[in-house]
Amino acid sequence: MNYRSSYFILTCLGFGFAFLYIPILSMVVFSFNASKLVTVWDAANSPTLKWYYALLNNEEILDAAWISLKVAVINASGSVILGTLAGFGLARFSRFRGRFTLNAMTTAPLVMPEVITGLSLLLLFVALEQLIGWPAGRGITTMTIGHMTFSMAYVTVIVNSRLATFDTALEEAAMDLGARPLKVFFVITLPIIFPAILSGWLLAFTLSWDDLVISSFTSGPGSSTLPMVVFSKVRLGVSPEINVLATITITVVTMMIVGVSLWMARMAKLDNIAQR
Amino acid sequence: MTTAGHLRRFGVTGRGLVVLLPYLWLLLFFVVPFVIVLKISFSDIDLAIPPYKPLLEWVGKNSLAIKLNFNNYAFLFTDRLYLNAFLNSIKVAFISTVLCFLIGYPMAYGIARAQASTRNILLLLVILPFWTSLLLRVYAWIGLLKANGVINNILIWLGIVHEPVTMLYTPFAMYVGIVYSYLPFFILPMYANLEKMDWQLLEAAEDLGCRPWQAFYKITLPLSRNGILAGSMLVFIPAVGEFVIPALLGGPNALMIGRVLWDEFFSNRAWPVASAVAILLLILLVPFMMWYQSVQSRESAGAR
Repeated sequence: MNYRSSYFILTCLGFGFAFLYIPILSMVVFSFNASKLVTVWDAANSPTLKWYYALLNNEEILDAAWISLKVAVINASGSVILGTLAGFGLARFSRFRGRFTLNAMTTAPLVMPEVITGLSLLLLFVALEQLIGWPAGRGITTMTIGHMTFSMAYVTVIVNSRLATFDTALEEAAMDLGARPLKVFFVITLPIIFPAILSGWLLAFTLSWDDLVISSFTSGPGSSTLPMVVFSKVRLGVSPEINVLATITITVVTMMIVGVSLWMARMAKLDNIAQR
Repeated sequence: MTTAGHLRRFGVTGRGLVVLLPYLWLLLFFVVPFVIVLKISFSDIDLAIPPYKPLLEWVGKNSLAIKLNFNNYAFLFTDRLYLNAFLNSIKVAFISTVLCFLIGYPMAYGIARAQASTRNILLLLVILPFWTSLLLRVYAWIGLLKANGVINNILIWLGIVHEPVTMLYTPFAMYVGIVYSYLPFFILPMYANLEKMDWQLLEAAEDLGCRPWQAFYKITLPLSRNGILAGSMLVFIPAVGEFVIPALLGGPNALMIGRVLWDEFFSNRAWPVASAVAILLLILLVPFMMWYQSVQSRESAGAR
């Protein structure tokens, strides 16, 4: 630390991270526990992989995971398109009709409690169904629309802040050389802000994958997502298969984050070398 | 004239088209629903699908009657349960925000003061739980706090207590859950704000004879005000309407308005009442959301 390193701060950091990680670690450890009671360590039979086998054969969870995956991928892709458009508009166009409204509409979902968004979306779908017959019943389509509505707000913020720190000289130079704005966007801007768009995609994917409340409101029969199944299981108490699910999720997320960070660090280093 | 030229005569510009798609989408799927919620909050409950009576009814041949039923709101204001739920939600969210501040501010400060390489690792460590499912992390606390859970097992094994301490299904568990889930939401904007701070100001203060804690109180804290507000709003506003954590960790007495809305909707099938709850919750939170908006625009205006 450049200033006098403070023991108080270090202690706070230590306790803070311990607080954040002990629950996660405990879930991982107990996923190898043979006992059905999860938290009572069965020393005679543990560690064991039996709950891992049980999870991978659990039809309900696998079906739900598949539905979650479909919704998350479509949601992430759609949100990235909408969010990039909105983020670009808010960052580059200083004044346009409806700017205030667009700004408000893209910040509100970030803080709005999900029960409100979920309820309002469901009521919209019901009203639409009564009015024009679409969407006929709730299911994957309505869930995806619901997810996209709040995910795009996050992507907008990411793209907007990335473009704010972007040197417009490059875009202006391209336009001076005769490129139309559309071409400038696809040839110059997009490749440079690509990491931001990628992280927007990943964020939208994660938000959709983990979402419970909005999914519960906007889903229909037969379209239960993974969080919905997990929630109905954990309402009744602990379950070893959920520990296994948690361990798998954490492992995948960790690998993904570490991978993306290393990749971005490499990109930044290459950028630095190229600029010298 | 080119096509673009033709279109421009009608006010359709390229710029307009760019923002049109997200604008229309949000208008249809974010704003219009709230109008519908408002409309349904004024209707009657009905044993039908959907479970509410329409607002407009044809009476006779040429007259259209609009029936606004204020009963739902009257019900919410007279039944103590709902008022208690609102007040409790605000109280819980407020205390959780303060706790997130007390734990998160030193953490954000520590990360901002760290060397660049350590800083990235620490940020990664803060972001990682954020990317892991909230549901699963809250579930982890069930395993830790229950009667034969990890914490109780350790306490009994160490001999500190002889019987399991009741921690699960109490307000305590709910606070732990909320602070745990929302801590990264406080740390990240707080860090973003502290990172921009000019540390030389503190060195100057020290040169002028200021003690470290004084310098913190007089310089760092006021300058980080926007970060504190942003982080607090990101915790407080969603926490008021939080459902999952009270449902899994709080007991039957943990009355939070998000849970009330959910139960009214799913258990009681009382869509009009649930809508009225949503509208009141929205009215309660909109001032805070506008405050957050203004803090954010002040912050980005200051950055430019």
